Amino acid sequence: MNITLRVWRQKGRDDKGRMVTYKVEDVSPDMSFLEMLDVLNEKLTLEDEDPVAFDHDCREGICGACGVVIDGVAHGPETTTTCQLHMRSFSDGDVITVEPWRAKAFPVVKDLVVDRSAFDRIIQAGGYISAPTGTAPDAHAMPVPKTDADRAFDAATCIGCGACVAACPNASGMLFTAAKVTHLGMLPQGQPEREARVVNMLNQHDEEDFGGCTNIGECAAVCPKGIPLDTISQLNRDLLGSLASGKAE
Amino acid sequence: MALKSAMAVTGGILVLFLIAHMYGNLNVFAGQEAFDSYSHHLRELGEPMLPHGGFLWIMRVVLLVSIIVHAYAAAVLAIRANRARPVRYQARKRVQRSYASYTMRWGGVLIALFAIFHILHLTTNHIHPGGAFDSPYERLVAGFQPEFFYVTLFYILSVIAVGFHLRHGIWSALTTLGANKASRERPLNIIATVLALVITIGFLLTPLSVTFGLVE
Repeated sequence: MNITLRVWRQKGRDDKGRMVTYKVEDVSPDMSFLEMLDVLNEKLTLEDEDPVAFDHDCREGICGACGVVIDGVAHGPETTTTCQLHMRSFSDGDVITVEPWRAKAFPVVKDLVVDRSAFDRIIQAGGYISAPTGTAPDAHAMPVPKTDADRAFDAATCIGCGACVAACPNASGMLFTAAKVTHLGMLPQGQPEREARVVNMLNQHDEEDFGGCTNIGECAAVCPKGIPLDTISQLNRDLLGSLASGKAE
Repeated sequence: MALKSAMAVTGGILVLFLIAHMYGNLNVFAGQEAFDSYSHHLRELGEPMLPHGGFLWIMRVVLLVSIIVHAYAAAVLAIRANRARPVRYQARKRVQRSYASYTMRWGGVLIALFAIFHILHLTTNHIHPGGAFDSPYERLVAGFQPEFFYVTLFYILSVIAVGFHLRHGIWSALTTLGANKASRERPLNIIATVLALVITIGFLLTPLSVTFGLVE
């Protein structure tokens, strides 16, 4: 396959950035999207040009490091991470546009790499439980209904890649925040801090300059882990409950 | 967050108003007497506890406050959303969002402009292409005659815009107020679609019946 790439190049945080067109030849349909970028970078290195910077780590679809907007869709045409997207999803001769996540809360560091520490600060604001140290309790000491466990687990599969923010027309980080609120809120260990958690995490979310959610659903549609949209309603329910109970502080 | 809850609640008030307003409109099919007496009765509602027209003024104040809060919250949230993505994407493709969901903001502006025109047209009767009348029924019939097709067309487009606004708005308000669960996602969407359709068709029936001579 021969592919034409339009890639966002930006030297650093203060650079204005621009789209640059590259031709990538002899691409195998079995290559992953990142491997195709590797081929491009080898070529650029040989030509003494600066390779395209992009985030990646496990390349198994479980770490959440990779992620670019491909032809206007976060992680590209398949509902998976960019590393698990293969060139067979494209056709010979395609022109593919590759851009970084676009959000004020995710400033571009270089080319396709964005700084996602805003997510870390949201987690720090409440995405944890406080547990006493000591011997591990027996696994069956604290019964959890199966439906709650399943729901918590579904929400806990979030890998924090940021595709929800990239896809959202409002650049909102609500699906990410809601996934953590739902994950911990479904479990007995998450109850003591439940009221404070939702308020603190949302305040941090707004402080990081993410937009507000308008329930459009693009986030859940592109999420590689299939975090359900109804987690956002769970967050809203917890928030209203927390404000009504006055236990937020 | 408070802004979104405020939008959901005020939106709910406006939906209830629309349903009542639609019911009033449909009285046109019961004849001039029924239509005019409905309109007259609105002014007498609550008497003698309330002064003449008192109920109507309470409603007007509630609605006006709702609209102002709704529009203010929408504006603040829209500005925040624009600020949240300073650099736009070069390529943009929608994955599953609906026409309704991405016309909420400008659709809302269109609806607000329409509401102003509508009040000047049929409530205060300052704009009266078919002549001014005291009887609401006569205002209605005169206003939607075939020769004023452009007025009718504006009404039709605006009512359809209201329909789209409601389709996403009702769903979104319910989600914001925490009503959505995975098992309820379909029922909630169906409720929103059905309500939007009923209200759209209900509002289109009255002016179209006049234009096509079913009501004279």
